[in-house]
Amino acid sequence: MATERFDAIIVGAGPAGSAAAYTMAKAGLKVVMIERGEFAGAKNIFGGVLYRKQLEDVIPEFWQEAPVERRVVEQRMWLLGKDSVVTMGHRNEAFKEPTNAWTGLRVKFDQWFASKAEQAGSLNIYETVATELIREGDRVVGVRTDREDGDLYANVVVVADGVNSLLGQQLGIHREWNPDQVSLAVKEVIALPKEKILDRFNLEGDEGVTTEFIGQLGGMMGLGFLYTNQETVSFGVGVMVNDLKRTKIRPYELIENVKQHPVLRKLLQGGESKEYAAHLIPEGGLHAVPPLSGNGWVVCGDAAQLVNFVHREGTNLAMTSGLYAAEAIIEAHARGDFGKQALSGYDRRVRESFIHKDLKKYQGLHGLLKEIDSNLFDKLPEALNSAAFQMLMIDGVSKAEKQKMAIKALREAAGGTANLIKLGLKGWRAMNG
Amino acid sequence: MHIVVCVKQVPDSREIRIDPNTNTLVRQGVPAIVNYYDLHGLEEALRFKDEQGAEVTVISMGPPSADKALKQCVSMGADRAILISDRAFAGADTLATSYVVSKTVEKVAQEFGPVDVVFCGKQTLDGDTGQVGPGVACRLDYEQLTYVEKVVEINDQAKTITVHRHLEDGVEVVKTKMPVLITALSELNKPRRASLPGVINASRYKPIVWTTNDFADLDRAKIGLKGSPTIVSKTWVPEPRKIDTKMIASGEAAAIASELVAALWSTELPTRLGW
Ligand SMILES: Cc1cc2nc3c(=O)[nH]c(=O)nc-3n(C[C@H](O)[C@H](O)[C@H](O)COP(=O)(O)OP(=O)(O)OC[C@H]3O[C@@H](n4cnc5c(N)ncnc54)[C@H](O)[C@@H]3O)c2cc1C
Repeated sequence: MATERFDAIIVGAGPAGSAAAYTMAKAGLKVVMIERGEFAGAKNIFGGVLYRKQLEDVIPEFWQEAPVERRVVEQRMWLLGKDSVVTMGHRNEAFKEPTNAWTGLRVKFDQWFASKAEQAGSLNIYETVATELIREGDRVVGVRTDREDGDLYANVVVVADGVNSLLGQQLGIHREWNPDQVSLAVKEVIALPKEKILDRFNLEGDEGVTTEFIGQLGGMMGLGFLYTNQETVSFGVGVMVNDLKRTKIRPYELIENVKQHPVLRKLLQGGESKEYAAHLIPEGGLHAVPPLSGNGWVVCGDAAQLVNFVHREGTNLAMTSGLYAAEAIIEAHARGDFGKQALSGYDRRVRESFIHKDLKKYQGLHGLLKEIDSNLFDKLPEALNSAAFQMLMIDGVSKAEKQKMAIKALREAAGGTANLIKLGLKGWRAMNG
Repeated sequence: MHIVVCVKQVPDSREIRIDPNTNTLVRQGVPAIVNYYDLHGLEEALRFKDEQGAEVTVISMGPPSADKALKQCVSMGADRAILISDRAFAGADTLATSYVVSKTVEKVAQEFGPVDVVFCGKQTLDGDTGQVGPGVACRLDYEQLTYVEKVVEINDQAKTITVHRHLEDGVEVVKTKMPVLITALSELNKPRRASLPGVINASRYKPIVWTTNDFADLDRAKIGLKGSPTIVSKTWVPEPRKIDTKMIASGEAAAIASELVAALWSTELPTRLGW
């Protein structure tokens, strides 16, 4: 068979790949998308919250047809003590119209998104692994796959193969992960009757709530999450890989332990665990973002480290980067030039967008988190909990005395006043560029 | 040489669950695959095609979603795929299914040339009866070779075929004349993984769809639920067999091991094994 040429090959049918494939196919480019899973989303997981804005930029009014779960009307942040919790949160009817975000499940969502690309004209190929980039001189000209006669050629290769980007490694833009640049998330989908979900989370109709929590993660730096879906909840924890190594706690033990926390246990009670999965999240931040394009290639989404872990945003950055890459390729296609210079429109778009600005805002955070002791992720919430407890317990001790005790507890948790102040200052700076 | 391969899309039995209330298979959310044995039939047909040249037509009766199974067959190298799909076919038992499949094979022969060999799987993963293949052979008045584990020779000139049939007490070597219907065992071969051009070809391929209206002489009393005399009187989930177990938990590994050995020796097992 004569080898067929494509305008673009997209590797990976995640949010980044599908956004790129959809956009290019719609513009009339001849594209093929290669995915190793049996179907898009087969093995993909995320928390997950899907944001409206960036997907709307790709597919207007997608919510009319996309398989989303619940409209997020409330976001909660919990600081867990041993048997206690300090809660914060924000609920607002205004999050509904227009909807700000939905909860979702990748198995359904990715499948739908990839099918949109297919309907637009993309040739989607599954159960096929891209094993290698094919090069001629300093240009990428195609992709080798693990199937017989598996070489494919195109003007541009869109590398959207996710956090463990094999192709990124071959481009030399993706090093092996350091354990302190990546966290491991484990997640369970737990089935609960719809009425129970509505009752327990104070919801109506398709309203949903997200809860994130810190504390009680075995002295590890990390975050837990609990999101309501239609008839399931997504529950999981993500912790830095170096902490897992240090504490020797196994991820599934961690998730089982956290489930026993009295507050969480009551929310999950009677639920049936339907699936369990683990996945890495890149947390390298802006410093880890590589050049985004070169001769005959672009890299998008997690493969390019485009994740805002402070706000658990990833799919939206992935989609936007896929969209921008596609737009740059469409321009390059019109000019018939696919060199580094011609594709740099993609880098520029990203640089001028919220992606770069948000990552820049938190660029100091990664350094800070590296410095501080992971145990603080347990100690500080615990201290806050006991402070709250003291203030609210009416036992004849004066309020002034109680305040003193609370401050002392916090100071001790942070390892002294100087440390507490330093932490506060550094934290502020890290969160603000 | 024209080979027809019958395939069925079935729920992946590795992921099957039984609904405790209705005692039926939970099909929702279970991935659909090509019936495992059918793929061995297809592989055998494709090997013959590769070696001596043949036209391979794949047919499947099922819902519209079964076109995925047919596309998989095309990706592996089948030349054409036909989906027989109509609400009127639904609810068919093995009798009605073999009727529709035999009618389809006849129609395939009319439209695309005489058929020499029909492959079916030994049985399906979801039905397990193994009746459809022989039923089709009877209706078409073809020779039938069931439980075939090896195809020794297909002689296109003499129109004969020689195979090994796997029997309970041995292997039967049979030579017969074509047209013939073969039901395939998994020992027959190892189904191939589709090549990339194969997959690309299949993802652009649209299977031919035949509904009841496409058949000239279909007896409507013989199809679907109406044509299915089988009555399922009862289904139940067998109790898991109870096994006596004892936990030896305490002590050092060595102590646990010697307690285990002593326990094993105290059973009748060593005498039975002649130790
Ligand atoms: C536990 C967890 C919670 C998260 N929560 C959220 C959240 O709530 N909201 C949010 O927006 N983001 C969240 N994220 C981040 C988000 O999931 C990612 O940022 C996003 O999925 C990145 O999209 P992508 O398309 O770049 O990569 P991926 O989604 O990883 O897709 C890559 C695709 O490429 C395929 N692939 C990989 N290698 C190959 C190969 N060699 N050949 C062929 N195919 C290949 C994979 O199978 C996969 O389908 C979370 C992540 C995790 C792990």
